[in-house]
Amino acid sequence: MDFTLTDEQKMLRDTARRFAENELAPIAANVDLDSDVPASVIRKMAELGFMGIVFPERYGGFELGEVGYCLVQEELSRACASTAVVLGGHVSIGAMAIYLAGTDEQRERFLPALTSGDRLAAFALTEPGAGSDAAAMRTTAREDGDEFVLNGQKTFITNGGIADVYSIFARTDEGRGVRGISTFIVEQDTPGFRAGPPEKKMGIRGSHTTDLFLEDVRVPKENLLGTRGQGFKVAMRTLDVGRLSLGAQCLGAAKQALDLSIRHATQREQFGGAIARLQAVQFMLAEMAADVYAMENIVYRTAQMCDNGDPFGREAAIVKLFCSEALNRVVDRAVQIHGGMGYMAEYPIERFYRDARITRIFEGTNEIQRIVIARDLLKKKMY
Amino acid sequence: MNIAVLVKLVPDTAAQIRLMSDHSDIERRDLNWVLSPYDEFAVEEALQLAEKKGGEVTAVSCGDESMVEALRKALAMGAAKALHIKREGPHNLLAIARAIADNIHERKFELIFAGCKATDDESAAIGQMVATMLEIPCVTEVNKLEVGDGSLTAERNIEGGSELLEASLPCVVTAQKGLNEPRYPKLKGIMMAKKKPVETVEAPAGEARLDSLAIAYPPERPEGRIVGEGVEAVPELIRALREEARVIE
Repeated sequence: MDFTLTDEQKMLRDTARRFAENELAPIAANVDLDSDVPASVIRKMAELGFMGIVFPERYGGFELGEVGYCLVQEELSRACASTAVVLGGHVSIGAMAIYLAGTDEQRERFLPALTSGDRLAAFALTEPGAGSDAAAMRTTAREDGDEFVLNGQKTFITNGGIADVYSIFARTDEGRGVRGISTFIVEQDTPGFRAGPPEKKMGIRGSHTTDLFLEDVRVPKENLLGTRGQGFKVAMRTLDVGRLSLGAQCLGAAKQALDLSIRHATQREQFGGAIARLQAVQFMLAEMAADVYAMENIVYRTAQMCDNGDPFGREAAIVKLFCSEALNRVVDRAVQIHGGMGYMAEYPIERFYRDARITRIFEGTNEIQRIVIARDLLKKKMY
Repeated sequence: MNIAVLVKLVPDTAAQIRLMSDHSDIERRDLNWVLSPYDEFAVEEALQLAEKKGGEVTAVSCGDESMVEALRKALAMGAAKALHIKREGPHNLLAIARAIADNIHERKFELIFAGCKATDDESAAIGQMVATMLEIPCVTEVNKLEVGDGSLTAERNIEGGSELLEASLPCVVTAQKGLNEPRYPKLKGIMMAKKKPVETVEAPAGEARLDSLAIAYPPERPEGRIVGEGVEAVPELIRALREEARVIE
């Protein structure tokens, strides 16, 4: 088993690392304070090519794979979780749904503007009454001649209001449960479609999270992604990719929290010396390192499975479950090592602590991940 | 304009360097290797010049297989092609410079850029040696460059001021910090680098007439000194900064 990076992957990581250090780290505190990732940062990511990283060249992408994408997400997340989430909303779920479910014609129509970053994408599944229980979805799409007419409300949508292209899930067929759900592409300027104001959040404040309102939104039939009734499958396949790269985001944040903790522990003096010489602190650092190492391995092993074309749905759920909980353990210990300073907004660790909490909730709660993992185990009747 | 840029792979300057137990070399395993930072200024200047005046940039590196990574980085930044002068054997500046000069003199480069020094051995020698072997002028540690028809003007820092130089082309220019702001490779560049040609030629190890005997860690930094307290300490502080630390003028 080979975890050696290729020259391309190393260059990609170095580019992401420099971008994160030079352009994100200096503004990350303000991104949090202003609740906004500046449009100039999103544009710069687009110029560097981050928006098209995993997609095929024929759609304007760079074919650098999930491993490459995870390397980028890891580096961005060391500096600014909000920016990583904006990129994730665009690449791993918004544009990814179009790529995974779209026909060639639909891919050619929508992807080039998304891979170049000229337009931003979002993925809209969750509703006020349908979070983990996607089958309870109430947004409808009624066929009317050459069009579908969409009505309903979505909630907690990443990149809401700033995205140009939305992959929206709606019920096309009553009484068919999850088999009655289909996916539609809705462009932001479609009459009857609007985003609510950004929600105020505990963490990842720089990413925009909004409601979406659909009132008699008419889209041409060509905007039905893939096959009617396949929406739930599309959502699940897309979220597999999203969960994997979310693991990479957790990894980056955890590594940074550990590095900050090592630095603090070797500089902070109590009882006549650096606190790093105290075993209580050393044990915390060691446990953080064990978590980070495990995260690193499952993220890149699973990314390789994805790039090799192997099935990785259960593994993606494990990555999401383990990495989000490991990150929460790591940032908790990081705050503890920083003591009172770790609780102060002046230090980045306070932001890392708040940003970390959502990772156990979004892209499928960890309880849903456990169900996904258990169902797969029981279906196969073995590990 | 036909431009060459000499590049080298070095340990990441942020890396913690450890020495082998016999102090013959640094511990090379587990290090992150990067294009030497001064070479990045050289590549950037070469690319800007080619973009402004037309022409192409060839990245050149002499050393073992690992140097291809430095060439790929230059290609990803925008160089058109690369020349790998494959040379195994001990570090030998004279042999490296000879191999480079022998392999580029017929390629009619009008400008040859190099970093003013590599950040590992800090020899600051290859650019000058290559220029001497090719019998062309060399301007070193350049932080501002203007290239005209058949000549260039370059600015470099000297003790207490700056110097303005004019040289005829072809010429070797070694890049100092401040010359430009190196770009980082875009994904498009990284992807295209895979498809650009890397030519490989073999070069002899050369006769070693100079040996590195041992390397050592830098001495521990002496503890800080408190020169006094309050306003009264200012004159002594200024004196110490000027005369002992030599960080102000």
